[in-house]
Amino acid sequence: MKAKGALIILIILAFSALAAPIVAPYSYKHQFRSYPAAPPMRIHFFLKTDGGYTFRPHVREIQRTPEGYRETGRICNVHLLSRGKLLSCECPCFLLGSDSLGRDILSRIIYGGRISLSIGIVGVCITAVLGLLFGGIAGYFGGLVDMLIMRLTEVLMSLPSFFLLLSLSVVIPPGLSSAQTFLIIVLILSFIGWAGFARVIRGMVASIRTSDHVVASLAMGAGHIRTLIRHVIPLTLGYTVVVMTLNIPAYILGESALSMLGLGIREPDPSWGNMLAEALNISILADRPWTLAPGAFIVLAVIAFNVIGESLRASLVVKEKGQ
Amino acid sequence: MLKIIIRRLIVSIPLVLGITLISFLIIQAAPGDYLSALKMNPQISPETVERLRKSFGLDQPVLLQYFHWLWRVLHLDLGISFAYRAPVADLIASRAFNTFLLSLASICVTWSLAFIIGIFTAWRKNKPEDKILMGASYLFMYTPGFLIAFLLLFAASRSAYFPLGGTYSPEYFFMSVPQKIIDRLYHLVLPVIAMSVPSASYLFRLVRSNFLEFINETFVTAARAKGLSERRVILLHVMRNALNPFITLLGFEFATVLSGAALIEIILNLQGLGTLLLKAVLAQDLYLIMGSVLMGSVLLVIGNMFADAALAVVDPRVRVE
Repeated sequence: MKAKGALIILIILAFSALAAPIVAPYSYKHQFRSYPAAPPMRIHFFLKTDGGYTFRPHVREIQRTPEGYRETGRICNVHLLSRGKLLSCECPCFLLGSDSLGRDILSRIIYGGRISLSIGIVGVCITAVLGLLFGGIAGYFGGLVDMLIMRLTEVLMSLPSFFLLLSLSVVIPPGLSSAQTFLIIVLILSFIGWAGFARVIRGMVASIRTSDHVVASLAMGAGHIRTLIRHVIPLTLGYTVVVMTLNIPAYILGESALSMLGLGIREPDPSWGNMLAEALNISILADRPWTLAPGAFIVLAVIAFNVIGESLRASLVVKEKGQ
Repeated sequence: MLKIIIRRLIVSIPLVLGITLISFLIIQAAPGDYLSALKMNPQISPETVERLRKSFGLDQPVLLQYFHWLWRVLHLDLGISFAYRAPVADLIASRAFNTFLLSLASICVTWSLAFIIGIFTAWRKNKPEDKILMGASYLFMYTPGFLIAFLLLFAASRSAYFPLGGTYSPEYFFMSVPQKIIDRLYHLVLPVIAMSVPSASYLFRLVRSNFLEFINETFVTAARAKGLSERRVILLHVMRNALNPFITLLGFEFATVLSGAALIEIILNLQGLGTLLLKAVLAQDLYLIMGSVLMGSVLLVIGNMFADAALAVVDPRVRVE
């Protein structure tokens, strides 16, 4: 039940990120020069007329004055599904406010989801490959290789990960495109993340290695590599999927932290992390709490992935007990 | 006891070497260094930059540089920071103390909170207060600490009850010693809350389930049958057994806490290793980065050692091994 809800939330987030040009009211880099730091506006669904209330979704137009934003009194209709947009207003409207440069925060969040959500998924895939490769080799062959790989994972696991992440981000030279930065961040995060996973895989592989079907495969003349790939690794896949899901949040958070500090995805491309960079300025944070809106989306995504992971784990445990 | 500590220290030497070597190689593999930023400066001649490069030893092969660095570290010389023009050891010493203080305080708060709430919810299992706390923990457990720090900072900016970040007040240097201590603690409140809330929410669930595992054991029934008070049963008989896995966990906590501290320090503007490392990374200040990484891993090794020693005290089986 919970997992279903989480899945629906994730699907909505992912779909709006994919279809960002339609779902987002504006482009992520369009600047409304006369609307910097505008507060969030509410959609009013009913308009008060002489004969009571009529259904007419609208926002109240605002204007910048030296004392801050004021309502002008003009009413702008909000249209659903027109002009190729999910939502469009007749005047600039900022449902989650705008940033210092006058860009719509909601639109940037929707576009930012492209980076923030995919970084986790690409990241765990790389981690899974590394973990299965090293864990599989260590568990299957044992001996010196096993010892070397395990010592390496111990070093990686006991690193203070954020320290390492910071030091490693030196590798990202300035002036790279966002796609390149994205790739490097994913590689860095996977480099840190595979160790714990590889250790569990090693344990599983080491125990599967002694089972009858592996002995049979070897007796029938299959090579070690073939046996490992065809007859050992597939048995660990259930666990792999659970760990992958539970690890996605770490990647989302890692990317947010790096980008927030200006070491990850760079402006003007949005990510949930680099949008929070504005909040590092205490006076901006105090005046405009809505700059924290991307944070709410980070929490939402993190909770959703964890709920799904937990429920996958529960069903895996049930399945194993049943066998 | 002493044997365990010594063994632990010997095991951790390759660990520290590994961490520093990896960091060194990666930093040097990165394009550009501190001096390449100087090259852009028209007031500094290329010859000066070359001379600096030589004097810092940056013209040698990377591996050789690492061993030079290691050799100097063994003589307690962490090198000179390019950007600050000051010995790295001096820069790190004061900040490491702040980071250590923050980590220690947050560990204390996290663990006391986790145990109090964990025991309480295990004791009141399935009562409304248990359900409320378990539900709330779900939200807090997954809210990243840095976001909580932002929210606290926002609340502080609106209410003026707490300082808006920083390590101490501007008047700090004119204060008497007790005032100084109070001022420090006062500035630690927000970062400690930001760090403790997510980890305590996670930890108390473990405490709760671990207590529930033991609460139905026969020795607990026996203790109750002897007529011991409920408090004695829980605090002495159940606690004693439920404690072991947590001490092992405490060892792993240090790595997490150090990482968490770094980000919180940056957001709340505390002068700690995290802020120092960030500045060093931004300036590609090689020896300062290496010094911070070294200090971080040394703190980690010390933390793990304490956890091992504590485990040996609580669990006699570890001592036999």
